[in-house]
Amino acid sequence: MRPLADIGQRLREAVDGSRATSAEELLGLGQQTLEHWVIARGFEPTQQTREGFRLLALHRQGSTDEPSFNACRETCRELVYHYNLVTMQPEHEETAQRQKMMALVANHLFLFVSGRMETRQLGDFCCSSRPLHAEH
Amino acid sequence: MSEKNKYQEVAYYPGCALEGSGHAYNRSTKALGKALGLKLKEVDNWNCCGAMEVKNIDPKLQTYLSSRVMSIAANEMGHEVVMAPCNGCYHNLKRAEYDMSKDTATIDVVNKLSGKAGHKAYQAGQVESIHALDWIKKGVGEDALKKKIRNSLEGIKVANYYGCMYTRPRHIFPEKDQGGESESTSKPHYMDDLLAAAGAENVDFPLKTACCGGAHTLSDSETSTRLVANILQAAEAAGAEVIATECPTCHSGLEMHQIRAEKTLGIKTSVKILYFTQLLGLALGLKPRKVGIQENVSDSRAFLKERGLA
Repeated sequence: MRPLADIGQRLREAVDGSRATSAEELLGLGQQTLEHWVIARGFEPTQQTREGFRLLALHRQGSTDEPSFNACRETCRELVYHYNLVTMQPEHEETAQRQKMMALVANHLFLFVSGRMETRQLGDFCCSSRPLHAEH
Repeated sequence: MSEKNKYQEVAYYPGCALEGSGHAYNRSTKALGKALGLKLKEVDNWNCCGAMEVKNIDPKLQTYLSSRVMSIAANEMGHEVVMAPCNGCYHNLKRAEYDMSKDTATIDVVNKLSGKAGHKAYQAGQVESIHALDWIKKGVGEDALKKKIRNSLEGIKVANYYGCMYTRPRHIFPEKDQGGESESTSKPHYMDDLLAAAGAENVDFPLKTACCGGAHTLSDSETSTRLVANILQAAEAAGAEVIATECPTCHSGLEMHQIRAEKTLGIKTSVKILYFTQLLGLALGLKPRKVGIQENVSDSRAFLKERGLA
């Protein structure tokens, strides 16, 4: 599995435009990011898909018993949305722009997950999650 | 009472951030309300909503703190609606409402603490808690707002950033995702709607509810700075000149980490950061000082002058 640092480096290159990155690769980098999270929690990353995307299945798996992880739910969905835009309308005049936005969205997912990998307890202070210490 | 009339005079819960780092939001919310003919009555002797800190130590105590604010508004001031401009306060009022309607253990704690504190305990359903966005959207609406615009925001490209607490977790916002004009938790649009009514051009911004690392600012500043830098870069890549905010924590975070990202990461962005209440106030013809532009860390004065808004 590609180390987290390599994924970050690859995404930085995609964001600053120093290396061309396909939508397929960006989606793959998002999946690999989530795989790191799932493995760190002691699970085998799922091979299943949700709504046709493994990324969404991995997000669901990563959120199990970890409500604060849902803070990246929309980021995952935006990544999928941009993938669809780029791959289903490759000739569209905005494809280059969409691909750039997709790189920034993938980078956000990486930053969110890698930040939490570094300091797992940060999850306890997620702004919008239900408190992890709640009894109900 | 009609839906619109219900929001003409509301109990106002500014919360602590609006008395400190978010003072410009407090100032602009009050000025905007006045300009639109809406009335605010500040909740008497309000207290902290419990924010993130109490929530993580003792969630039931946090629920009590938020319930006390709603109890005063309902039982001592006779209000049906409490408006909180801060996402954190709004979120906590909503969460308290949810817990008070579902969880008997929480109700017991609230009843006990309310008795000790000497006020009536809040009962679920006594008030409706709304955000400042709901207040303007439902109390005024786009059509009436358009008629009051004196300085159109036309030509200003805006990325609307809602942050995470305005829509998450979905189950505490039962009024959202109801189709029609209701607010969406996955793609919120109320701020987009209001600013579009004032003439602004909203850009397609995919990170409008993404995490800004707000809660990690002190414990892991590096992560927060990187998250904010990415949000700012995405806004600029989407063509935005301004990021509109509706939360003092998000707003301060974006402003502070914009500076820090340049200093520590070498990532320079020039997108301006303004509260949506400031933008709407300027569009209504209010002077920049009236809406607290001078209190922002992100200096937008030259930009606003150039666009004929200051």
